[in-house]
Amino acid sequence: MWYLRTFGKRKIIEFIFLCLFMLFFFGPLLNLLLLAFAGEWQYPDILPKVWSLDWWSFVLQDDSLVRSMWLSFLIAAIVTLISLIICIPAAYAFARIQFPFRRFFLFSFLLTNAFPKMGLYVAIAVLFYQMNLMNTFTGIILIHIINTLMFMTWIPSAAFENVHKSQEEAARDAGASPIRVFWHITLPMAKPGIIVACVFTFLSSLNEAEGTFLVGVPNYQTMPVIMYSIIADYPSTAGAVFSVILTLPTIILLFAARRFVGADTFANGFKMK
Amino acid sequence: MTIKLSIENLSKIYPTGEGVQNIDFHVNEGELVTLLGPSGCGKTTVLRSVGGFIDPTSGAIKISNKEVHHLPSEKRPSAMVFQSYNLWPHMTVFDNLAFSLKLKKVKKKEIQMKVEEVLTLVHLTGMEKKYPSELSGGQQQRIALARALLLEPEVLLLDEPFSALDAKLRHELREELREIQSKRNLTMLFVTHDQEEALSISDKIVVMNNGHIEQIDNPQEVYNAPNSLFVAQFIGRMNFIKGKSVNNTIQIGDLTFIHNDAYTGDVTIGIRPEDIQLATANTRNIEAQIDKIMMLGHFAEITLKTMIGSLKMFVDRQQMEQFVLKSTIPIQLNNFLVFKETGEVLNNRRMEVYENI
Ligand SMILES: Nc1ncnc2c1ncn2[C@@H]1O[C@H](COP(=O)(O)OP(=O)(O)OP(=O)(O)O)[C@@H](O)[C@H]1O
Ligand SMILES: [Mg+2]
Repeated sequence: MWYLRTFGKRKIIEFIFLCLFMLFFFGPLLNLLLLAFAGEWQYPDILPKVWSLDWWSFVLQDDSLVRSMWLSFLIAAIVTLISLIICIPAAYAFARIQFPFRRFFLFSFLLTNAFPKMGLYVAIAVLFYQMNLMNTFTGIILIHIINTLMFMTWIPSAAFENVHKSQEEAARDAGASPIRVFWHITLPMAKPGIIVACVFTFLSSLNEAEGTFLVGVPNYQTMPVIMYSIIADYPSTAGAVFSVILTLPTIILLFAARRFVGADTFANGFKMK
Repeated sequence: MTIKLSIENLSKIYPTGEGVQNIDFHVNEGELVTLLGPSGCGKTTVLRSVGGFIDPTSGAIKISNKEVHHLPSEKRPSAMVFQSYNLWPHMTVFDNLAFSLKLKKVKKKEIQMKVEEVLTLVHLTGMEKKYPSELSGGQQQRIALARALLLEPEVLLLDEPFSALDAKLRHELREELREIQSKRNLTMLFVTHDQEEALSISDKIVVMNNGHIEQIDNPQEVYNAPNSLFVAQFIGRMNFIKGKSVNNTIQIGDLTFIHNDAYTGDVTIGIRPEDIQLATANTRNIEAQIDKIMMLGHFAEITLKTMIGSLKMFVDRQQMEQFVLKSTIPIQLNNFLVFKETGEVLNNRRMEVYENI
């Protein structure tokens, strides 16, 4: 066998592992994709017997479903923007200023993600009731932001830490005021990290179901929330169509971000030390 | 000569209690002054105070006779080259260099011209479109220097700019820096912990130790007439022999060292290896047994056993035949210095006689 001869046994084993990994990783996705376009598909068959776009037209023609899609994207965009505005200064502070409770603050961000989500949401819901935020758009945005604070602080903070003090100081020396230094030097250098954080935030908001369900139902139904009812009420094909629509932005965004981040500053790190 | 930079009674005490104290020296126009000292002695602290990156606790810093210590760094007529991470990785070489000019709203054509000119000066023509990551360490430091030069600073500050480079490149850049300095009549304050570097490029060396200045002199003087045991140990090589001085004499074995300043107490005698030579006359000879020979390129370091202790001397490669391991030779000491117990030199001027009884 040519492969065995050129690469030897170790490579073969690596190859098998790679195949298994691909199967494990992409198998479910492929299955989902097939299911979304299936008209009739029974268990032992590898491919569907009949292909159809019926459920696609069903989903795309149902007004409430389409509206939920728009709502999801709108919320994700707003959440990303607001948490960007809140978190970037905080992230910079964490990276630069040595204040006493720095570790404690960073740790507290982790804590919000350590508890079972539902418990946290219920506690928040009680608070929201008192503040009349239940069943409001603001409430949903708030609960999403609570979720995304962690990425939006941790990741950019690490990116800011990679900007060396001497690089900022050199810019000061060159005649730039502190604000200009931040705008022209620090921010662009941390950009890859910030973009990654934004993508994470956008996606986690897009896929958030529990908190939205608790705070938004029945007035505000985003895609993931509606997904539950679709899975319960319709054949699996409808769920598959919906999942594909929900997964698509994830894949597109990740690829776009990778390309953008990769082509830009990432590759231009220093060779020296 | 006009004084360009003067540092007056500068102190910086960090919250940890460390820092520098009573730093007082000046740099004349067109001079290259080096801050030399071991790690942690406070060189960077002084330099960064001048650049405006540290707030001094007390004291004054003047550039061209104007107080600058209350100004932020962007308003000071100084420019700094750091040890590493000088360049902005998301900008090309051109943009790195043009940054300050764009801030000053210099015309595009003129920016182009100035960048080209400074690139020629640092021998990196045609590198405009490269990113810092595409440059070698030495090239990066050259660009950093070029960027600092474009600021047309009254004082150029350099904090161990070559210490991350290999020895050969360090030599090269050192020479280039000296060339550029004389071409542009630059005033420079240069930080290094490398005594060889300091001796080779400086007009004046400020030797620092533990947060204070030990000695300010030109390289010759610092080497020939160190004014403390610390400077003698830190710069060049030196043999040290412990002894006791009574008035003007120090008796060690059969040898009597005579010095000018009357002093009674424990002392250390310092002798440079190159001041030990094969005896040429019959008087004042010391018998020495050759204990070890170490070849160090164009010269050898020879360890001698003598009645006053173990001594090291340097011998040219050409004269090596006269030195045979374990043989005994007569040597003479051409110079020595005497240091008090406190480390202070007893007589700053070298001289001194010794007698063999
Ligand atoms: N930001 C700081 N906070 C507290 N102490 C500091 C700070 N910066 C420096 N020091 C201390 O001040 C002293 C002088 O430091 P400095 O960096 O000036 O030394 P240096 O001579 O430049 O040393 P090196 O050759 O290692 O760069 C050191 O003991 C150092 O630990
Ligand atoms: Mg230093």
